Amino acid sequence: MWKRGEVERPPVSGREVTGAAPPVLPAVPSAPRVNAPETEAIRHMDKDAFNVGKSVVFKGELSGSEDLVVEGTVEGKVELREHILTVGSHGKIKAEVFAKIVIVLGEVVGNITASEKVELRESGSVDGDITAPRVGIAEGAHLRGSVDMQKKPVAAAAPSPAAKPEAKLAPLPAGAPAAGTQRAPGA
Amino acid sequence: MSGLRGWLSRLASERQADDAEPAGGPEPAGYPTVTSKGLPKFLAYLDTRPAPVLLDLGAFSGSNVTFFGQRLGGKVIIGDLFAELERHARESPAEELAAFLSKRFAREEASLDGVLLWDVCDYLSRPAAKALAAALVRALRPDGALLGFFGNASHVDIGCTRFIVEDDLHVRLRPHASALARQGGMQNRDIIRMFDGLRVSDSYLLQNGWREMLFRKGGGGRPII
Repeated sequence: MWKRGEVERPPVSGREVTGAAPPVLPAVPSAPRVNAPETEAIRHMDKDAFNVGKSVVFKGELSGSEDLVVEGTVEGKVELREHILTVGSHGKIKAEVFAKIVIVLGEVVGNITASEKVELRESGSVDGDITAPRVGIAEGAHLRGSVDMQKKPVAAAAPSPAAKPEAKLAPLPAGAPAAGTQRAPGA
Repeated sequence: MSGLRGWLSRLASERQADDAEPAGGPEPAGYPTVTSKGLPKFLAYLDTRPAPVLLDLGAFSGSNVTFFGQRLGGKVIIGDLFAELERHARESPAEELAAFLSKRFAREEASLDGVLLWDVCDYLSRPAAKALAAALVRALRPDGALLGFFGNASHVDIGCTRFIVEDDLHVRLRPHASALARQGGMQNRDIIRMFDGLRVSDSYLLQNGWREMLFRKGGGGRPII
């Protein structure tokens, strides 16, 4: 009896879960889940960036106060208003995206709003509208939509009150756009 | 020592360039550049608009989007028409192209300040070109401007061209692979008829035979500087 109880409680630590990600996430969360515990399981301690791995499908609203690298699939809404979102070459995002900087090497379907800049790399694809003070698009990238680089402050640039308490070591939003400062050197 | 200093200097300038152009990168030299007469006038008009909305129609160029976005501080709508025309040619009968273009560019009336129409019309049949022109005329706001580039009969044999804007005056012509073929140059009068509802503000014949035509919508517009 005692032994059976022991079997039912496998010793799980964060690191062990990370090492065995596929078995721990057998059923991809289909229902919207905010800050689900599974997200801890896919954390890669790659500097301070949070990594959504290739096999992960996340549906719902994803927000946070640290950088994020997406190599899996995210559907819903992504909000990292003071941080960097990188959509890796395997990453697929079907969501509205709000971040300070967005770097796209994979695929995004949905509108992107960045308070500082958006970089669409050669392998990147965006099907949606981009709003940011600075936008860099590599030759070979795919874009269907519009690019809005208006000289007024982007609405998303306003710091999110929800993100403030978690903003550990976050520097002041130096990238907050000011009128007339968006033009890149050499433009 | 001086070699090391030079190397460090080059490295520093390369890093500086990387910072300035994060993703688009400068266009490599080697392709012919033309001096545009119409583009500076077109830009001068858009400069008078507070946050202009520009439709860029032609072969997609990321550096153009960055250029116009930064230069004008407005909204650039991208229509990679070549990709869509290729897809349409593969999947649908040619007779449906005019209807496709009318539907594809059925934008809100008077919603655009400017339209850049690179050499797209050279690849379209007359009915398709006319349908596209009608949709663009409708979407252009009163006093709005349309800058069109048109090849002539001698350009039929050259492949598709990507127009890379280098600055307000210069455009680099870069060939790119495409299954589309030019239909042959249109006469000026045919082009003018096609854009019924617009008036020709300026028309230029460039040295290499390209024609630039700047149209304005309505008759009461401010003169272009």
